Parts: sequence; structure tokens; C-alpha cells
Amino acid sequence: MPRETAYELSIDYVQVLEPDGSVDAELEPDLSEDDLLEMYWTMRRSRRLDERAIALQRRGELGTYAPAIGQEAAQAGSAHALADEDWMVTSFRETPAYLARGTPPQMLLWYAMGMEEGSATTRESRNMPPSIPVGSQALHGAGLGWAQEIAGEDAASLVYFGDGATSEGDVYEATNLAGVFDAHTVFLCQNNQYAISVPRTKQTRAETLAQKAAAAGIEGVQVDGNDVLGTYAVVRDALESARAGDPVFVEALTYRRSLHTTSDDPSVYRHEEEEDEWETRDPVVRFETYLRERGVLDDDRIVDVQESIEEELREEIQAANEGRESVDAEEMFDYAFETPIPELERQRTEFRDAASEGENR
Amino acid sequence: MTERQRLVEAVRNTLFEEMARDDSVVVYGQDVGRNGGVFRATQGLIDEYPNRVYDAPVAEAGIVGLGVGLGTYGFTPVPEIEFSGFMHQAFHQIQQHVARLRSRTRGELNCPMTIRAPYGGGIRALEHHSESFEAGYAHTPGLKVVVPSTPADAKGLLTSSIRDPDPVVFFEPTRLYRAFREEVPEGDYTVPLGEADVVREGEDVTVVAWGAMRHRAFDAAESVDASVEVVDPRSIVPFDTETVLESVRKTGRCVVVHEAPKTGGMAAEITARINDRALYYLEAPVQRVTGYDVPYPLFAREDEYVPDESRIRRGIERSLSG
Ligand SMILES: Cc1ncc(C[n+]2csc(CCOP(=O)(O)OP(=O)(O)O)c2C)c(N)n1
Repeated sequence: MPRETAYELSIDYVQVLEPDGSVDAELEPDLSEDDLLEMYWTMRRSRRLDERAIALQRRGELGTYAPAIGQEAAQAGSAHALADEDWMVTSFRETPAYLARGTPPQMLLWYAMGMEEGSATTRESRNMPPSIPVGSQALHGAGLGWAQEIAGEDAASLVYFGDGATSEGDVYEATNLAGVFDAHTVFLCQNNQYAISVPRTKQTRAETLAQKAAAAGIEGVQVDGNDVLGTYAVVRDALESARAGDPVFVEALTYRRSLHTTSDDPSVYRHEEEEDEWETRDPVVRFETYLRERGVLDDDRIVDVQESIEEELREEIQAANEGRESVDAEEMFDYAFETPIPELERQRTEFRDAASEGENR
Repeated sequence: MTERQRLVEAVRNTLFEEMARDDSVVVYGQDVGRNGGVFRATQGLIDEYPNRVYDAPVAEAGIVGLGVGLGTYGFTPVPEIEFSGFMHQAFHQIQQHVARLRSRTRGELNCPMTIRAPYGGGIRALEHHSESFEAGYAHTPGLKVVVPSTPADAKGLLTSSIRDPDPVVFFEPTRLYRAFREEVPEGDYTVPLGEADVVREGEDVTVVAWGAMRHRAFDAAESVDASVEVVDPRSIVPFDTETVLESVRKTGRCVVVHEAPKTGGMAAEITARINDRALYYLEAPVQRVTGYDVPYPLFAREDEYVPDESRIRRGIERSLSG
């Protein structure tokens, strides 16, 4: 049967910074030295925090933890493109993004210690707490972006999720609804190649994840997610577009270099050759090479950065541990409702009685 | 013949045996293939049955919804939902289709699916990984709901569930996966759905508990100065009301224990059944020892949320003094 083309689709791919640290001068975003250093600092801090967190988990001091090692550029680049009035909506692997938005490491540690204190956030900070269900938060990002459209606000929302999340119905609904309602939303899919053990090729038959945007009628674009300058530039433009009511879906191609979480053993499903290959594309090393070449960094400054990070983490871990000592279990009754309801107050009394009995034994 | 196994091993061995016995059984779900499941409950299965074991994308509604198609076609789907907290993502498929297919088709079509999912707290897991929502599934007519508490029961009940022509939600208590080993009968071994296990006989008070709570109830029973009968219903739907009533008519007292929140939890239903049919045997009001009506806390507070031995003992003492 003869056919005519009803719709043609192509997906752009962007890379600014090559794996060897060289740069495409035409695409290079115009960033000040301070901005560049801040992005570098975010990436390095996150890498160290992840390493420390894995070690702390191994010593039984943290619960399950999902490191972002290997994904620092995708997150630091995108989060640094956010303005203060933009909203950030995260999944469970967004350590670099939270750090970039000013969340202290202590909060992230508290969360990993199983304390709600760590996911507490404010309307002013415009950060949502992490979403543990895969992909469900994409709808919240679309809702915030819709609110911004209704309110006529010149701001946007950036929502993070992984490649696996694109299989969830919520993510399809979110991109489609964002398109329908002109939501100010940027969907940032960090394609780190795996959903726990399941590789991207078993998640979808689609060649790219960015093309999923086409079905929703919104723009889809791919970027090298290990290239912090490329991610920054693409997300900056996407946020601009979203602020005008045109949502964008960005697929950042990256790699989860460490474990899925501390309860995972990647050797069951991953090959060493693959891991070695991605090591050569490490986002932190690449950016460092670039910054050295630009004269922003040298050995001394790198040592300074590392020392300041170590000191900060030492203090933050200590503060987190001190906070943990004073966890009050009864607080779980405080936040189920704004105003206490009678049955719950009865249960609180029961709880106190049980607790005091426990002490008396 | 018997073999000492952990609960997770009993589940795995049962899957091997049922796949060998019945080539209509298809196992699939997130990470169940190469990875062997995040709790290793399906480890090695894909090597033995490459065409009947599948890794699925992260799509719970899809996983359960596909099962309706597989089941209708003639397969016996045994999907795994990685954590029961994410079965909510498939709840509409379960409530609107899985549970009603037989009714809607006047018995012509059915869905012989067994949805396996880790359940309950106690392993310091992330948010949404610890809740127990059995009452929500029990509130869905057309579904069976099973919670094993021992390795042998895990084998017997899972075998019955897979062979059952109706849909079953099979909740595996995560806390018990590796908690202890026990003799598990080899070969064809089933435990019928709807038959409670009287775990411990007693005269003074009946304690009803399932999953991880069964073991805490047992320990509490051992530690009080009274003769306590402990009943593990083993399946929530069908529920062995007769055994519970028989026990309560003997003891005159009852304590129901569960991890789930109190309001609308299964304890309320069990209490109502006792009121319906054994009220005049009661010498004290039925006691409920449950989780609180607050969102299941992150793990720094979960030990205070989930009933522990001392809270259960307190419930027993309240009942005895009533
Ligand atoms: C709704 C839901 N289903 C299953 C899980 C269990 N789970 C946790 S992470 C994960 C894989 C997610 O993969 P992806 O979206 O690619 O993100 P990544 O972890 O790779 O960053 C799964 C299946 C979950 N948390 N939520």
C-alpha cells in the first residue's frame, strides 16, 4: 500500500565538551569563572559525599543509599541552569542537584538515616522532597509547571527521573499533560543506562528516550550528560522555552558508575569492559581538564577545593550524627494532619503509655 | 523428606517446582531475570526457563495488566512486584480488572494470576517499602490475599496460590525472608488457602497475628503469665473465621495484631466477625495492637511504629484484665 509521510521525526544531540576536555568554542556557554567553579565544586562535593555515604552505609550508619557517581555533570549542569524562583522536583538519586540548590549535606544524610527531618523542605526553597516511587513525581513537575502558566509566572519547573521511569504510565501522562496545559516544565531524563539490573534496551524498543516527547507533541532533545557545559546549555534553553509555555523533554546520556543502591551488586548484570569504557568519559575528570586549560584551575586550587570539601563533610556528618541522637519518635503524630484529630490523639496517648512502660522495664 | 530452608529459599524452590510441573507458569517482573530478583527469590530461574522468565520494564500497571491478557489466554502468570508499596501503581488494574474478570464474564474468563510482592517493615528500607496494605486488597472482592509466616507455609501456600484458578495477591514478609531456617517438606506440598494454623494452644486468651507479627505474638505469648493461644490465619482472604471463633469461644478473649494502621485495618473486620458470631462468649472487649494512623515513618522511627513484643504483651494484659 502506498504511503505518504504524515510526520517526520528527528532528535538532536548536543555535546559541547569532548571526553578529552576540549571544547566546541561556538557552543561554549558564556559562564563566569565563579559559575564554572561553583559547578565544579558541586560535582566534587557530590562525588565525595557519595563516597562517604557508601562507607557510612557499610558501617551501618545509613540506610539504603543511591549514589549519583558518574551523573554529576547531568545534575550539576541542569541544576545550575535553574533560577531561584524555579521549582526543582527530584527522584531519589539527586545529590548533586540538591547540593547545587543549596541543600546542606546534613539534610541528605538525615534522609539516608531514615529521618523525615532530611526531606523537610519549604515553599521558599522551591525544592520538592525526593520521590521514591519511580516516575510518579513527573506529574508533580507538570503540575507545578501548569501552575506557573496559570499564574503567569516567568519561571519554570525542572523534574528529574531515570531511563526506567520512562516506562511508567505517570511519565507518559506527565509529558502529555504538560503539552496540553502549556506547562512551564522541563523533563530531565537521566539515561544512566540501567534501571537496577535492566538495561535501557530492555526498557524500550525506542532508539532514543527523547523521542518519547514526540508523542506528547513537545520538543525532545538529547545531550551528552557527562558534559556539564552541554547539559547546562541545553537545560538553560529548555527552561527558557518552558517559561514561555513550551515544555521540553531532555534526555541526558550518562552512566551510573557505582551501584544502583547500596543493596545492589552490579557485577551480576554489568560487564567490566563497559565500566572501563565509561570511566574514560568521567564527567568530573573531563570538566577538570577543561578548567585547567582555561586557567580556572591548577593543582593548588584543586587541593584547596578538596580540603574545603573534606572539612565541610566532616562537620556535616558530625552535625547529622548529633541530630540523629535527638530523634523524637512521637513526632510522627505531629504531621499526619495540620490539626490533630481525636482518634490520633488517643493513639498518641497510647504511644506515650507504651513508651513509658518500655522505659520502666 | 524435609530440608531446612529460609523463607526466601522456600519461595524460590517452589517457583522452580511449579514451573517444572506446569509449563503454563510464566514468571516476570522488574529485575527477576538476570538479577534473580532484588531479594534473590527468582535466582537461577531464567537459566532453567529462559522462555518463561522475563525482566520487565519499570511499569507495575503494565506488569499486572499484561497478566490479565496472559491469564485469559491460558498462561498462569506469576508476576513479581518488586515491593508491595509499588503495587498501588497497579491497583487500578487489580481492582478494576483482575478481581472482576470472572464476575464480568459470568465465569467464562478467569485470571489465575499470583502476584508476589515483598511486604511489611523491619528491614530499614526506604519510604513506601514497608507498608502492609492487606486490608485494601481484602476490601477488593474477587481477590485472594495470602501472607505466609514460615518457610514451610511459604511453600505450601505459594503452591496452592499458583494452582488456584483465581487471582491471588501473595505477600512475602521481607523481615522473614532470611530471618530463620525451618524444615520444609520436599515434593508436592500444599497448604490450603483459608485454613488457619493454631501456632500455640492456650486457654486464657487468643492472639491472632500473621506475617512478621505472628512471631512477635508468639514471643509475647511465651513471656506473659497466662495460657495464650496464638492463631495465624495464613490467608486474609479466604479467612478462617471458624478457627478464630472456636478459639475465642474457648478463651473468651482476643487480641488482634497487625503492622498496618488501626483505622480500617483487618483487626476491625476480625473484631466485627467475633461480635457477629461469638459476642456472648467474650469476657473482655477485643483488643487491637496495630500500627498507628500516621504515614509509615522512615526507618529512624519505625521500631516505635510497628507493634513490638511489649506492646503485644500490653494488649494481652489489657484483655486479661478486662
Ligand atoms: C514505582 C516503583 N517501582 C519500582 C521501584 C523499585 N525501584 C527502585 S529504583 C528502580 C529503577 C529505576 O530506574 P531508573 O528510572 O532508570 O532510575 P535510576 O535508579 O537508574 O536512577 C526500581 C525499579 C520503585 N522505587 N518505584
